[in-house]
Amino acid sequence: MAKFGKKKKGLPAVNTAALPDIVFMLLFFFMVTTTMRETDLRIENPRLPSATEIKKLEDKSLVSTIYVGKSKDPNRDGVGYNKIQLNDKIASADQVPAFIFSKRDKLAEAMHPFMTTSIKADKESNVGTMTDIRLKLRDVNALKISYSTQKGSGN
Amino acid sequence: MARRENPEINAGSMADIAFLLLIFFLVTTTMNVDSGISKKLSEKPPPDYVPPIIKEKNIFEVNINRNNELLVEGDRMEIKELKEAAKKFIDNGGGIGKPGEDGTPGKPCDYCQGERSDTSSDHPNKAIISVQSDRGTEYGTYIQVQNELLRAYTELRNRLSKQRYGMSFDELEEAFKDAKKSADLKDRVEELRKKVEDIKIAYPQIISDAEPTS
Repeated sequence: MAKFGKKKKGLPAVNTAALPDIVFMLLFFFMVTTTMRETDLRIENPRLPSATEIKKLEDKSLVSTIYVGKSKDPNRDGVGYNKIQLNDKIASADQVPAFIFSKRDKLAEAMHPFMTTSIKADKESNVGTMTDIRLKLRDVNALKISYSTQKGSGN
Repeated sequence: MARRENPEINAGSMADIAFLLLIFFLVTTTMNVDSGISKKLSEKPPPDYVPPIIKEKNIFEVNINRNNELLVEGDRMEIKELKEAAKKFIDNGGGIGKPGEDGTPGKPCDYCQGERSDTSSDHPNKAIISVQSDRGTEYGTYIQVQNELLRAYTELRNRLSKQRYGMSFDELEEAFKDAKKSADLKDRVEELRKKVEDIKIAYPQIISDAEPTS
């Protein structure tokens, strides 16, 4: 018994004072690395269609994103699922070339053929809008596009 | 006695608070990996461009109307049947393929397992899938159709790749990507590239989007 008593007294508690530091470090790491959405959406978050045959977009800096969906502010932009958002404004398909050019300016000439346009469109938007965008993209030779989808379950 | 004089603030729950914050951030920030159906648009044709004449039997026509209904080769069809129909069309192999770029005459498709019917496509490299949609078609349906068509190609490619190289095309592409990345697999890159190209040439994805009707 005496032995036990002695041991109990001698055993110090593990010092956990540094634990918050470690956890905070993790916290900061995640806060810094996860990118917040760089443009705020003028349209409602598009409900992406799901598909199985999808490919990941490799290099984020080469991707320009076009959003299509329903406006958050129907009084100003009108109703319907076919609003196009470029950067952080609602725009029309005619402004797509200017948008692509402004993205290209930021990159070296040699990288231009590898640039991809990602179209994030709502399920309920219409193919007509997509065609308008596609024609404009073709006019300015931005030929790589990706229809953003969720990973769906194959059947 | 010393403890009483100089009491430490209990920092034990500090970790809990920090963990809570950490978990909150982990949950709310989405690591959104952008993924989607990738497509390459055709270049803008010159103004005096005359489209080549393509035999009717080499075109697989898919129409989507504004009520999101499908008309495939003149018949109504459900989306879930589309894949099989497309596979049958691509894999028909009823005639000879396109002549090679170096002038070699076209060969009949020796890997096709289709019916070899005279009324369907000649060769996978001649088979064109044309998707015509209405301006009012829902985007979701359009993507579903594209997805089904791509699946038809993927299944055919996988089958051929298994036959020729003992692994599916997905695995082959994966191996190719890995080999490109790591230095000690350098000698395999060329070999894998050839295999990937071989399968891609055997079943090229030719899906064209016709101008939508309005």
